[in-house]
Amino acid sequence: MNAIVISAVLGVVMMFCGVFTNSKPAVRTVAIIGLLALVIANVLDMGGYHFFNVNVKGMLSFDIFGLLFNTIAFGSTWVYFLLSGRDMERVGVNLAEYFALIFFVLCGIAIVSSFSSLLMLFLGIEIISIPLYILTGSDKRNLKSNEAALKYFLMGSFSTGIMLMGITLLYGVKGSFNIDVIRMGTTNLTPMLAAGLLLLLFAMSFKVSAAPFHFWTPDAYDGSPTVFTSFMATIVKVAGFIAFIRLFEGCFGDVQKQWQLLVAIIAAATLFIGNITAVFQQSVKRMLSYSSIAQAGFMLFALVAMNDIAKDGMIFYAAAYSLATIGIFAVLLKMKDYTFEGFNGLAKRQPVLAATNTIFLLSLAGIPATAGFWAKFYMLSAAINNGNVMWLVIVGVLCAAISVYYYFRVIQAMYFKEGEAQEIETSAGFRGLLIAIAAIVIILGIFPHWLLDQLHNLFYL
Amino acid sequence: MIPVLLIVIPLVSGLLGFLIKQEKSAKVWSLLTSIITIVVSILGIAVLHKPEYLQTDVAWLPDLGSRFSLTMDGMSQMLCLLTGIAYPAIFIATWNSTYKNAHQFYALMLLMQTGLMGVFVASDALLFYFFWELALIPAYFLCSIWGGERRVAVTFKFFIYTFVGSLLMLVGIIWVYFHTPDHSFAMSSFYKVNLPGNTQGWLFWLFFLAFAIKIPLFPFHTWQPDTYEQSPTAVTMVLSGIMVKMGVFGILRWLAPVVPVGLWGYGDPAASMCVIGMLYGSIVAMQQDDLKRFVAYSSIAHMGLMGLAIFVTSSIGIQGVMIQMFAHGINIIGLWIVVELIERQFHTRKMSELGGLAQKAPSLAIMLVVVSLANVALPLTNAFIGEFMMFNGVFGSKSSNYHYIFMVVGGISIILSAVYTLNMLQKVLFGNTSSLTSNAHDIKINEKFVLAVLLIGIVVMGVYPKPMIEATRHAVDAIYSKMFVKLP
Repeated sequence: MNAIVISAVLGVVMMFCGVFTNSKPAVRTVAIIGLLALVIANVLDMGGYHFFNVNVKGMLSFDIFGLLFNTIAFGSTWVYFLLSGRDMERVGVNLAEYFALIFFVLCGIAIVSSFSSLLMLFLGIEIISIPLYILTGSDKRNLKSNEAALKYFLMGSFSTGIMLMGITLLYGVKGSFNIDVIRMGTTNLTPMLAAGLLLLLFAMSFKVSAAPFHFWTPDAYDGSPTVFTSFMATIVKVAGFIAFIRLFEGCFGDVQKQWQLLVAIIAAATLFIGNITAVFQQSVKRMLSYSSIAQAGFMLFALVAMNDIAKDGMIFYAAAYSLATIGIFAVLLKMKDYTFEGFNGLAKRQPVLAATNTIFLLSLAGIPATAGFWAKFYMLSAAINNGNVMWLVIVGVLCAAISVYYYFRVIQAMYFKEGEAQEIETSAGFRGLLIAIAAIVIILGIFPHWLLDQLHNLFYL
Repeated sequence: MIPVLLIVIPLVSGLLGFLIKQEKSAKVWSLLTSIITIVVSILGIAVLHKPEYLQTDVAWLPDLGSRFSLTMDGMSQMLCLLTGIAYPAIFIATWNSTYKNAHQFYALMLLMQTGLMGVFVASDALLFYFFWELALIPAYFLCSIWGGERRVAVTFKFFIYTFVGSLLMLVGIIWVYFHTPDHSFAMSSFYKVNLPGNTQGWLFWLFFLAFAIKIPLFPFHTWQPDTYEQSPTAVTMVLSGIMVKMGVFGILRWLAPVVPVGLWGYGDPAASMCVIGMLYGSIVAMQQDDLKRFVAYSSIAHMGLMGLAIFVTSSIGIQGVMIQMFAHGINIIGLWIVVELIERQFHTRKMSELGGLAQKAPSLAIMLVVVSLANVALPLTNAFIGEFMMFNGVFGSKSSNYHYIFMVVGGISIILSAVYTLNMLQKVLFGNTSSLTSNAHDIKINEKFVLAVLLIGIVVMGVYPKPMIEATRHAVDAIYSKMFVKLP
């Protein structure tokens, strides 16, 4: 509960912040400190310090899984603020409002990670989506940004409609929005339940950009200002997965056998389309959009397998994927040329940027001793442990091998190709932060439980 | 203690090596490190060979049942020794080569040694997988930065090839892990797993692909000639001398004892691939004009024989593979050194442009003759012992239905290997001197020293192989017994 209230309040605070001061560093500092407070409040929530005792009448339930995910999402956003906050200034004049919108998104994330009523799910998803439509179009004078925002909005509201329809059908069968009530007694799928399930599946697939509902993603990600693409492709996307898993485990966990194959096919299609299309991209930004689709395919493994390994793995995947992608986007933001050629010879001029970027790319590709390896490892383990979907595992590893192709193209450009010097200015603080994140990626790659153990020791010993 | 040192010394030294900017000091630094490493590995074999020195077991990932556990048995000791010897030999022999950003080159070389050592001593499947991949990353950068003209594309192919294999192996490892009695990645638990025959069958192929790509066996060899040709020779030496042994080692340690029934079931198809590769490698080697590609194809043929000896499942054959892994490593490194010396002096690797070296550079010629003949397994050289035992194993195989055919085809490839080697020697060493070789000078003292040491090793091992056989017999028996204990 701490997170929901405080993030909403912070959103309002940020809006007023824009009224009282025009100083951009001041606004940024308030946002960074506010977010840090949010992270701390959420961690305290995990430790049993609840600031607000509100009776939510069973609409929300806070479990350690959701709170842990909140911590990771907020922590990643904090890192994102530190790395890329300065770049938001370049988008437009309303800096405070961008921060405010992001805080509202975080509020939505805190809701979808703890809903136990479908109404709250709907609310959470909408609270996440609407600020994102605005952020996508925030580069007002850029046609591509406008197009992306409109496309995203139309497709997004359409899928929200589908989701509502699904919720309605479930309500029609069970007479309740509560996921426990819906789960109870659901041993086989009646036509009405099945229709509801399918509609929800399609709507959620849209939100996490799983194939064949992924068409909006490359355009929306490519068109929106890069600094917000970074946020959308990482934290928002994994939040969608948390909602997805919570919904399907909560409502349809007992009949998993009946929809597992369908989700497995969606996962395989997502992996295949995301990876194959990413291979043909010429712009790193667009490549990262498709790579986010491809990574979504791997995250769908958690839904297919639906066991304890999968849920833990999902949290880890969220952290590993978000950190690495935010890092790459932070470097990309400093570039003027987003094509692969733009990275040519980066290693000579900016060795720190090139080295850290390499570590992030290796992590996304899933090379051992980086966090990304464990992310893939957990997903593969979960699917193998489930036992029914070995074909999906094989598709997964082959696609992971394809992903090496386009991730390594960036490494090749940075290290093995000579290039024209692009003027890049970076501060020592920025480089230091990148090194710190790369160090975390490697530490998590060698001791994947380190972070969790630290949190554990802090509160339960 | 010893295995930890073998990993930590090159790792720490390699990381520090990135900070040494001067070329000369980087060379000295890496040479000193490699000498310390070889001393430690000799200590581990000759002096401190009690189990408590050769084992390390520290908690790593308790939730997953994976431990940082390293063990050195006879097979590990031998391969660590090979890795240990190879590095100083390579560093001294290529002392006069210059590299752009030399400190990074040497640092990456040392990091690669960490991965190789780790693969050979890991006794935990997950840890093994870690080192397996970690050996690959420095190799990727070394070849892509310092290689020849087509280096980037070629190395990329190599990387993707091996990465596909590794991932399939990872699937296999995780599958076996879930079927271990105590949910553990430990080698001992993996050996206890008793899986039904058909499961073992497809697990065999998952593991086999990873190792077959690394060795490389026909038809997964296509990355190999290109990579060997394009890599800087120092890296090629490590790749062909040591890294391909990772594949053979992997079969012996992680495939044969874990899925023996699968190996019995699919031994013949796998062995057929090896035999085809032997014949194919020999025939293609005969056509080559480029010395590097020549060695690369001949290596495909020789590695195929090692695979064959394993897949027909016989005790003496596996013993032969042990010997041959070491012998082939020494011989091929020697061969590469000579090729490198020729290339550095004449700026060409084409046999057709060379000739008459025997008069102009007698020491070089002697060295080339001896390592080449060792490579064809002439009696009194180390490879003879290995090949003899391997053929003996193939001949006496009880599990294979076609071992006589394998024997005959393999024998033909050995004859062919003599043909192409002598042909190469004739073209390079004898005949009239060409415009390039007329002013040839002989090799330098440091190069002579390294080659002489290798030659002594070749001959001593060829005449008196007993210590090597004794040292590895225990490991062979252990593997061989595991291959039979789970027969249905």
